[in-house]
This record gives sequence, C-alpha cells and structure tokens, in this order.
Amino acid sequence: MKSKGIILIISVIACLLLLFASAYIVDETEQVVITQFGKVVGEPKQEPGLYFKIPFIQQANYFPKNLLHWDGDPGQIPTLDKTYIWVDTFARWKIVDPIKYFQTVSNLISAQGRLDDIIGPAVRNFISSYKLIETVRTTNRELDTFEVGLEDIVETTRSKAYAIKTGRQNITKGILKQAKPKLEKFGIELVDVKIKRINYVEQVRKSVYSRMIAERNQIAEKFRSEGVGESRKILGEKERDLKLITSEAYRVAQEIKGKADAEVTRLFAAAYGVDPEFYSFTKTLESYSKALDKDSSIVLSTDSEFFKYFSGYK
Amino acid sequence: MTWDWEKLKQRQQQQTGGGGTGVPPQVEEILKNFKRFKFPGGPVLIIILIALFFGSSTFFTVGVDEVGVVQRFGKYVRISQPGLNFKLPAGLEKVTKVKVKRVYKEEFGFRSQTGEARKLFASGGSENKNISLMLTGDLNVGVAPWIVQFRVKNPYNYLFKVRDSRKLLIDMSEASMRLVVGDRSINEVITKRQEIATEAQELLQKEMDKSETGIHIVTIEMKKTNVPEAVQPSFNEVNQAVQEKETMIYQAKEDYNKAIPAARGEAARTIKMAEGYALDRINRAKGDCSRFVAVYKEYAKAEDITRRRLYLEAIADVFPKLGHKYIIDAEQKSLLPLLNLNKNLNKK
Repeated sequence: MKSKGIILIISVIACLLLLFASAYIVDETEQVVITQFGKVVGEPKQEPGLYFKIPFIQQANYFPKNLLHWDGDPGQIPTLDKTYIWVDTFARWKIVDPIKYFQTVSNLISAQGRLDDIIGPAVRNFISSYKLIETVRTTNRELDTFEVGLEDIVETTRSKAYAIKTGRQNITKGILKQAKPKLEKFGIELVDVKIKRINYVEQVRKSVYSRMIAERNQIAEKFRSEGVGESRKILGEKERDLKLITSEAYRVAQEIKGKADAEVTRLFAAAYGVDPEFYSFTKTLESYSKALDKDSSIVLSTDSEFFKYFSGYK
Repeated sequence: MTWDWEKLKQRQQQQTGGGGTGVPPQVEEILKNFKRFKFPGGPVLIIILIALFFGSSTFFTVGVDEVGVVQRFGKYVRISQPGLNFKLPAGLEKVTKVKVKRVYKEEFGFRSQTGEARKLFASGGSENKNISLMLTGDLNVGVAPWIVQFRVKNPYNYLFKVRDSRKLLIDMSEASMRLVVGDRSINEVITKRQEIATEAQELLQKEMDKSETGIHIVTIEMKKTNVPEAVQPSFNEVNQAVQEKETMIYQAKEDYNKAIPAARGEAARTIKMAEGYALDRINRAKGDCSRFVAVYKEYAKAEDITRRRLYLEAIADVFPKLGHKYIIDAEQKSLLPLLNLNKNLNKK
C-alpha cells in the first residue's frame, strides 16, 4: 500500500517537472522565439497563451511585443542659419520581426545602441539642413507679433521671416523616413520620431534675451513718446479751443454791440431828422454846459446876443 | 511557475526536517526521509499547505477605484469589476489591478509644494527650468509650465500595448506642448494660455490614441506663462511705459479741463456784457429820442420864443460855472493888452 502511494507521488512529481520544463507562457506584452541549441526553430509565437516545447533541448527567448521607447541623447546641433540649438528627441519602436531581431541585436541594450547610431545622425542631418524656424514652427498660422511702431515697414518682412516651407512635422517625418529602412534589417519598426525639446544653447539664449530686451525697450519708448505726443496734442487743442472760445465771444459781442449802435443810429436819425437845425441848436446848447466850467474864461462883446441889452435898453 | 515549484519543494523539505544542505534536494532523498523518520502527519500537512497556497490565490478584491485585468496563461481573458472576485489558482491565472477611476497628475516645469515631483527632473534647478523654456514661433523664448491630468480609460491597452505608458505620456506631452507653442508668438504664449492648453490637449490625446496607450487626457492646464526671468524687467517696463503714457495723457486732459470750461464762462460773460451794452445804448437812445421828439413837438408850435428861451436858459446855466468872464464893449478894438491870459493859465 505504502510503496504504491510513494510510486504514485514520484510519478506525479516527475510528470509535473516535465510539464513545467516543456510549458511556457507568452504574455500579452511578449513574443517568443524558440531555439534549439541556439538555432531558431519554427515560427515566433506572437499570440499570448500557453505553449509547449521540447524540454531541456529547446529554449524560449522572450522579446517585448509592445511599443518601446527610445530616448535620444540631447545635443547641440547647428541649424542651416548657423544657430546652435539644443535638441532632445525621442522615438518609439517595436520589434516586428523577432527572429531577425534575435539574430542581429538580441537584447534591448544593443538595440538602443543601434537606434542611437541610426536615429541620432538622421536627426542631426535634418536639423542642420533646415533653418531654425522650420524646426520650431509647424504651420504658417498668423502670429500676433505685437509689433508696436514701424508697422507698415516691418510687417511684411517680419511675417516673411517667420514663414516656413517645411515645418517640424515634416522634418520629423523626414527623419523617420531616413531612419526607418535602416532599422528594418534588425527586425525593428520605427513608429515615429519626435522632438521633445528644442532650445537655444546657453550663449545664444543670452543674445536672444538681449534682443528681446531691446525689442521691449523700443516698444516702451514708443509708448512714452506716444504719451508725450498725445499730451502735446491735447495741450494744443486746449490753446486752440481757448482762442476759439474767446474770439467767438468777442465776435458775438461786437455783433451785438454793432447792432445796438446801428439801432441807436437809426433811432436818432429818425428822431432828429425831422428838424436837424433844431437838433443842432439844442445839442449845442447842451454841450455848452458840459464843455465849459470854472476854468474856462469867456470874453464877450456887448453886441453878442446875450448882452444885447447890456449896453442899454432900446 | 518554476519558481513556485522550487518554493514548494523547499517547503516540503522544511516540513520533513530533511538535511538543509545547499545541494538541491532529490526526490528520492526526501522519500527516504519519509520512510526513515515515519512522520505520519507529513503528507497530510503537505496537501493542506498546497491546498492553502492555491486556495488563497483563487480570490482577490478589487478596490472601488480600480479594475482587475485577468490573464490566463499570459493571455488576456477578462476584466473584473470592484468587489470580491475569483480566478483560477496562481500559475494559471494572473490578475493585475489598474486604478481606472484615479486621476493622475504630471507636472512640467514647476513643482507644486504638495504634489509628488517628477523623479526624472527632481534634481537640478536648471534642468527643471528647461522643461518650461520654449522657443516660440517668433524665435523668442518663453516660459510655459503646465500640468497634465490623465486617467486610464482602457486598462487592456494601458497594460499591454506600450512598454511604459507613463514615460510616453511625459515625453509626448512635452513634444505636443512644444509643437503648439512653436506655432505661437511670445505674446500669444503669455496671453492665450487657454487656447494653447486646449490645442495641446487635443494633440496629446490624438497621439495617445494613436499609440494605443489607453490613457485619457482629462485636462491640460497652463500655469503662469511668462518670459524668461532675465527678460521680465523689460516686459514690465513696457507696462510701465503704457502707464506713463496714460498718465501724461490724463495730465494734459486735466490741463484742458481746467482751462476750457472757465474760458467758456468768460466768453459767456463777454457776450452778456455786450448784450448789456446794447440794451443800455438802445434804451438811452430811445429815451433821448423821446425827449427830443417831445420837446420838438412843443417847439414846433412856437419856434421863435422857444429858441430864445432855450438859449437864454442854457446861457444862464453855463455862465455861473465859468471862471473869468470879460465883457468888452463892441467899440473897443484892442483888448489884448488888457488881458493877461497867461497869468490866468498859471493860476490854474
């Protein structure tokens, strides 16, 4: 009884051992190439699930099946217009042919090396054969550049300066196009190449800053002088309005006075015109009393009208 | 799997109290030990242990904010919802829990005090700044920090399609943000943050979907965008200049407002005065005329006598006022030697 049980246990354990040595699992994220003494046997297993191989003789080599990441070494690259920029790229790739991959690179570290060797120069080639603006911009959308002053002169040249023919998307596409075929022989499919960061190198950045500062200062000055101009204009308006108001008032006043004088003249003419002689008589008499005072001396002859009775009654 | 097996064997070894040498235990040896020590509880205990081991791996709990992704022999089979779930024992089925309800956050170009900083950029202040330094479309440099909030919308894709979804998200959001900012001028970067955030979110979501990361971008939010620190004073100066301009204009307006209404009042006064003058003149003239006409009416009735009367009255009125009066007879011819007119003037 006992020995039977023991034999049973032994055989069960042996079976299990064999099962474990021959079974292997392919995960959702993996693909497996089976090798027999280092030689590839059969098709690679790309579907996840449980598989069996000949134990101890065949070996399962696991490779990732999902999207993998490549991070480029950031570096300085001169653009076509001789500006040094600092570019950091990354790419995504997949192992599409695990057998080729197994035979040529076999592990992730050496794959990264191959990618470095191929994508790095491609990036360098493309960046340095385009102007900086081509790498920075994507479309030719209208920019709000906030150019204060010199609008008419600057507008056309500036918007032209920022116009692009290629754009970043196309440059990265170009890089991808150049690098992709070279990676095919490693069983690698390059999915895309992207520019993660792009910036001026330290020295260039400083000069860009001083340019930005100069630009702003010029705008500030423009505002200041606009302020002066505007205030002068207002002061001028003030002067003009003052003159206008006073002269207008003077004119109106003179008109009123003139009208009154005319009216007075008319009235007098109408009244005195009846008998000018009488008018001059009364007016003259009136004026005597106004014109003569105690400082006036008078010499009268006795034959004057006033003294005609002075010499005697006739 | 093989690891589990080894562990199992080790346990067996410990239970039986067999020689704990470094040599891998052989089945025969163990069996010998069984026989030799006659450990009756042994096999039962082993079976219980095995049962416990498998039994405990047949159920699992899924938290409210997560789902469990179950793989049978590596192959995806189902998604378990929150609560108590069952699966085949370890080795056959495997569960990975993914927090699908949780919103994760990535910060770029700045570090919030509370939030976990990104390890990759946690060291080095200048490096940290570099994330948010960006070239704008007019070849200026702007500072644009931002945050990305995301959650897992497709746990299957999230786990299996991309090696490191999170790393991809980080790199891709930098690339997308730079793409958007690269097409904007520095002014737009500063003033149109919302627009940039929206566009970057769309772009990033598109990329995330394209590479089947299973990530849903909840939102991208721009923090305070600015120009680099070195340039900031000059930008402030522009603002200042705008203020100065306004001030100057207001001062000029103040001057204007001080002078003009007063001048208007003065003008009104001039006009009123003229009107007064006119009224005065006309009234006086009318008065004079009426007087003259009235007098004349009576005069016309007796011209001669009135003339005489008027003359004499006037003379009588004037005469007393005069200083020196000289009356000379009509026959007297040379009167000048008698008069000293100069003396008269001197006296004055």
